Amino acid sequence: MATTERSFITNVWDFFCSLKLTLFLLISLALTSIIGTVLPQGALPPEYVAQISSTKLQIYTKLGFFDMYHSWWFIALLYVFSLNLVSCSIKRLPHVFKFISEPTLVLGEGQRNSFSLKQEMSYSGPIEKGKERLLEFLVKEFSTPVITEHNGEYHLFAQKTAWCRLGVYVVHLSILVIFVGAIIGSLAGYKGYATIVEGTSINAFEGRDGQQMPLGYEVLCEKFNVEKYANGSPKEFRSTLTVLENGKPVPGYSQVKVIVNKPMTYKGITFYQSSYGQANDPSTFFFSVKQRATGKTEQIALRPKNLTSLPDGRTATIVDLTDNPGEGMAAVIGVSEKGGEPKYFKVLKNYPTMDDMRGDSLVFIFTGTDAKQYTGLQVAKDPGVWVVWLGCTLMVVGICIAFFMSHKRIWVVVSKGHVRMYGNASKNQAAFQMQFEDISEKFQEIKI
Amino acid sequence: MTSSMLFNITTFTYLISTIVFFAFLASKNKSVGLAGSLIAYSGLAIQTVAVALRWKESYDMGVGHAPMSNLYESIVFFSWTIVLLFAYIDIRYKYRVIGAFVMPFALLGMSWAQLGMNTGIEPLVPALQSNWLLYHVITCFLGYAAFAVACGISIMYLIKTVAEGTDSSASAGGLMSMFPPLKVLDDLNYRSIMIGFPLLTLGIITGAAWANYAWGTYWSWDPKETWSLIVWFVYAAFLHARITKGWVGKRAAWLSVIGFAATIFCYLGVNLFLSGLHSYGGGAR
Ligand code: HEM
Repeated sequence: MATTERSFITNVWDFFCSLKLTLFLLISLALTSIIGTVLPQGALPPEYVAQISSTKLQIYTKLGFFDMYHSWWFIALLYVFSLNLVSCSIKRLPHVFKFISEPTLVLGEGQRNSFSLKQEMSYSGPIEKGKERLLEFLVKEFSTPVITEHNGEYHLFAQKTAWCRLGVYVVHLSILVIFVGAIIGSLAGYKGYATIVEGTSINAFEGRDGQQMPLGYEVLCEKFNVEKYANGSPKEFRSTLTVLENGKPVPGYSQVKVIVNKPMTYKGITFYQSSYGQANDPSTFFFSVKQRATGKTEQIALRPKNLTSLPDGRTATIVDLTDNPGEGMAAVIGVSEKGGEPKYFKVLKNYPTMDDMRGDSLVFIFTGTDAKQYTGLQVAKDPGVWVVWLGCTLMVVGICIAFFMSHKRIWVVVSKGHVRMYGNASKNQAAFQMQFEDISEKFQEIKI
Repeated sequence: MTSSMLFNITTFTYLISTIVFFAFLASKNKSVGLAGSLIAYSGLAIQTVAVALRWKESYDMGVGHAPMSNLYESIVFFSWTIVLLFAYIDIRYKYRVIGAFVMPFALLGMSWAQLGMNTGIEPLVPALQSNWLLYHVITCFLGYAAFAVACGISIMYLIKTVAEGTDSSASAGGLMSMFPPLKVLDDLNYRSIMIGFPLLTLGIITGAAWANYAWGTYWSWDPKETWSLIVWFVYAAFLHARITKGWVGKRAAWLSVIGFAATIFCYLGVNLFLSGLHSYGGGAR
């Protein structure tokens, strides 16, 4: 009974330590992840629901396919993945430490044959003298050796960067650190969305599940601007924000320009430019009107369906508002003599000098409307993000150690009649071979 | 001379280089191989000038930005990195035949870019106006190019195992004798992935850092992000396969080919078939 229990536990342990499981998990994670890139995730668009059969919809929902990266089975895969990682490390790390701290100082006869890098020369002098001379040689050419006397032979063992064998474990640890950072973020962080109409402020935002979350201070949107390139594609979306505490602007957080790729952070909460829109339809349009003859300028406001009288006694109204790419916002104005038919023309907001060319006695410049824009801001707080970056740094450092550094070892055995040298490297054997050949040439040349 | 003319010359040069490399495969004449390499290098030099010129032209147009902002520019950069990596392997390891399996990828990229795409310089939409774009694109594409080279080498490996398996020494002494030994191919495959994997890792991390900086989430399981992770899983599997008994050689070569197929899907397939935040050149997000 006891033995079967033992062997059951050993079997489970071996299962979690096996690299075959690692391969299985990595490939399973890769394959299952595809599902979430093909099926819509989160709130399903109605067009999708309409096109899929209801049995399919039911099965997919049951399996969590519509939020698969948070489904129980995907999380379970990640748990097994972590367990596999931890078990493998627990099993191997002690060996690695032992390997580093207690290296093989003495090479047995059998081991000697297994080296591909070796060099031999005959030596008839006293082995004491040979040992001293080779100690000096290794210190100069490679690194300080440990000397052991064994069966009338001297074994000199020298190594370099043994610690780089830990690089792989740094990589593995980094994965767990990233998981921890992600968990901190999901427990202690939040994400949401806020819309602020120009000239107004908010003190709360909408969380993921729709409830209002208090900020603890106020954020005022002073202004929102869109700048466009000449071809009409957007160049910059800019909110001008001011943080208010107790109704007063916070020094350093007044008139902050927030654009895409340049967020604002206050008290751990970050505001990201995300969208924008018009809060209300414009009802009033502002123009400055210059009399060509005198140069006198007046500000006027026009309203659709309302006649406004102009400085020269004619009347004007707004008949249309357009916003075409390449042209920008433009107003179509109808100007009429008393009782006459209106004459229509277009005034472009982005080209204030253009109306001059119409040749009329009044020159119009479109200065703006009373429509307010709103800015849409992503609001987020993630206290775990630094842990994630720490994990990422560890990962990159660990990968570089694991791939680009190598544990190099040289043994020299001094015995009656010969001196033999053996070498081995944990990575990039070809590069070490060159170094070994270089050292063995000098080894041949030294007089002992 | 405009950059677009130089890109056309580059494409033509890669075409010639590919043809010469195929002739090298057929003729086994060393000087033909050397010619293939030299033509590839001159193409690389021309392309380098062209990329720099395009960069300058964008500033002349008043919309200055690094030439990596849309699908066209990224494919051009991808081809450039492939040839750069081939040059490195050719000079460092002296296995020139690899050119016959790697240059076609560069040629394919350049021809598709020049013939099938809008080559105009476009201003940067707000979402792409960040230095992170440069770090992210450079690391990702260097990684992709390393995987392309690894894939070419793996295809050679698989062809060679098939050839050695079916016919005996007689014809194996023919074309196959040109190929580096299986052990060397396996090793070169591993080395390419050892270059590609850290770069892909950096590419994913810089992408996450940028996403966090630009919209406050370092990971949102958007299809492109997910596919880059899938690619990462496949190559992680490759790395562990090598230290598992029975998974070296052929299976590792297959994993490398599958990894590159996933890379290509991540790069192009996601844009063509799936939707997400990353639609290159698709305007504001
Ligand atoms: C369940 C998860 C994992 C387990 C159990 C695992 C286990 C192992 C083991 C036992 C080794 C061999 C160490 C040695 O040489 O003694 C190794 C190597 C390595 N692992 Fe992992 N690993 C896992 C996931 C990962 C992941 C996701 C990465 C991604 C970065 C990774 C990166 C590496 C690297 C770079 C090496 C060195 C490979 C080489 O030298 O060629 N591992 N892993």
